[in-house]
Amino acid sequence: MSDQIKISIQHLYKIFGDDPATALEHVKAGVNKTDLLDQYGHVLGLQDINVDMADGEITVIMGLSGSGKSTLIRHLNRLIEPTSGDVTVNGENVIDYDETALRRLRREHMSMVFQKFGLLPHRTIAENAAMPLIVRGEDKQAALEEASKWLKRVGLQGNDNQHPHQLSGGMQQRVGIARALTSNSDIMLMDEAFSALDPLIRTDMQDLLLELQQELHKTIVFITHDLDEALKLADHLVILKDGYTVQQGEPQEILLRPNDPYIIDFISDINRARVLRVRSVMQHTREPIEGAVAGEIDEESNLESVIAASDGDTNLVYRVTKDGEQVGMIDMQTLVKALVPTSAAVDGVRGNY
Amino acid sequence: MATYDFIFNSLGLRKWCGEKGGGSMSMDDLLASQDTSAPSLWELPFPSLDNLNEACPAIAQTRDLTSGLESGFLAIKDSLKFVLDPVTQPLSWFLNGALNMFQTVPWFIMVPIMLAVVYVASKSMKLVGMVAAMILFLAFIDHYDYAMQTLAIIFVCSLICVLLGVPIGIAMSRSDNLQRGITPVLDMLQTLPPFVYLIPLIFLFSITEPKLYGIAIILYAIVPVIRLTNLGIRLVDKDVIEAADAYGMTDRQKLYGVQIPLALPNIMAGVNQTIMMSLAMVVIASLVSAPGLGVLVLRGIRNLELGVGLISGLGIVLLAVILDRVTKAALARVNTSQQ
Repeated sequence: MSDQIKISIQHLYKIFGDDPATALEHVKAGVNKTDLLDQYGHVLGLQDINVDMADGEITVIMGLSGSGKSTLIRHLNRLIEPTSGDVTVNGENVIDYDETALRRLRREHMSMVFQKFGLLPHRTIAENAAMPLIVRGEDKQAALEEASKWLKRVGLQGNDNQHPHQLSGGMQQRVGIARALTSNSDIMLMDEAFSALDPLIRTDMQDLLLELQQELHKTIVFITHDLDEALKLADHLVILKDGYTVQQGEPQEILLRPNDPYIIDFISDINRARVLRVRSVMQHTREPIEGAVAGEIDEESNLESVIAASDGDTNLVYRVTKDGEQVGMIDMQTLVKALVPTSAAVDGVRGNY
Repeated sequence: MATYDFIFNSLGLRKWCGEKGGGSMSMDDLLASQDTSAPSLWELPFPSLDNLNEACPAIAQTRDLTSGLESGFLAIKDSLKFVLDPVTQPLSWFLNGALNMFQTVPWFIMVPIMLAVVYVASKSMKLVGMVAAMILFLAFIDHYDYAMQTLAIIFVCSLICVLLGVPIGIAMSRSDNLQRGITPVLDMLQTLPPFVYLIPLIFLFSITEPKLYGIAIILYAIVPVIRLTNLGIRLVDKDVIEAADAYGMTDRQKLYGVQIPLALPNIMAGVNQTIMMSLAMVVIASLVSAPGLGVLVLRGIRNLELGVGLISGLGIVLLAVILDRVTKAALARVNTSQQ
């Protein structure tokens, strides 16, 4: 993974209504979402969004419905035009693109996976998966072979000549992913891609995505309203609320240091032992550890596995390693303390109950 | 003495109205002039053109309105004809050609061709058998030629309806303004009694020309195919359209690769309706020399030949059943191939 910025969103505003330009002035002057709707009749979709997405990473944009996450992802390939702001992809400002350049961007650099799959019902599975190549005008036979290869890769074998309605939801979304992969774009946009699937299949698909990502290193922008999913997939997590970014950063960082009551509410329900990793709570040291060491654990393992290894004994101390070398230590007491959630905020959403 | 004299008197318009008594008098006027008693309030007539004219001859009568419309139409008729005649001439050729073709091809070639078309459209041997029985029955009672004439006219007119209607429907689906503009026209075409729009056509074209009834049928039957094409394209799943956009389809790719195929069930339903409506109109069009089964129906009415009228009516029903079943079977096939 490199730290090169692939997609950069700067000062992005989106206002829905008859006269967004005037409404934008009001927003910049400090009018909030509710007042903008009441007094000026405009809906504030996105408000001063600034996000940098690194090459080869999964950036998850999380928020509840109405937070503007689906609007945001549609700005990246300009399915929605912004009111103001810049979206830079590969160093070029997408907002300045004319129709031809935009079409090239959509055809060659960005593929998209949709919540409702968006497959063509009158085409076969293989034709659907080959669609990006056929749209580009490539040879149909070659495109179908390429599609068939990716369909196999996502676990759909022998369905090539069926139609989408003959497949289950999970299988249809595999076709959606295969279609995105066939296009061989460097960026994948996933709009609530797994939200319509039932929980077990969703977990399967998440694993599939992570497995594919280890191999392909695409830049993935993933939209979800599910925190567990966000924490599982994200290299970089952006939390949206009412069209503005509440907090963004490394997921572990957000878990341990939430900066907003809204986020504290959000994270108070999750299983911290499973989500938190040893590296986030350990004590950094390369010095030899004094006293008895119960064993070695990898820095990427989660706390749950350490508790399982310790068999519940809170007096143990473990050596934390990365690639076999010591990077720190962790004692069970610190670990158990880290499991206590930051107390649910009184002034947060839950405080009203 | 007319009821509304007072209006013109009190407004000081009596001079402008001119002298009463001149001009044409109807029988009513004559009778009214006999009756000198003052009218009671109970009998107050509505201030219509005719009643106001009684009080003030300068105001036009209603019959001036209709005759004005007529003379206006006659005035532009020649220039209208100058434009419309050459434009619509191909329609006459098509109709004559189709009528010729359907009648000159001998029955033992024509019937198998039609059955083959039915099979291709429906892929159902049962339907082919039913259609064969109906056509052979019509032929057996010597209505084959009439039925073929009717079919030829329907064939040409429906084809032209589809060729014009589908593009119009597509254009409507892409522009809300166009939809707002065309919808009232479609409403009018659909609700106008079919006889009414024969009237201006009779003035415009010679009654011996096939295009006269051709235009009437097309105007009447084109509405559903336009409406349902427009509707079908507008109903295409937004998510699929979004996916097509996200992968960079051009408008043309989207139209031919996504919108039309997905709107096809609706378009086919429109075609079915269009064919049924042209069948209805071709019967009425026999009033203006359209050949076919309608002529027999007309003869039945005119000469009170009950049997002729009923049998030809039955023939029309059989044709309607054939056309409807075949297009519906084709529609069902499109539907199942799309789920």
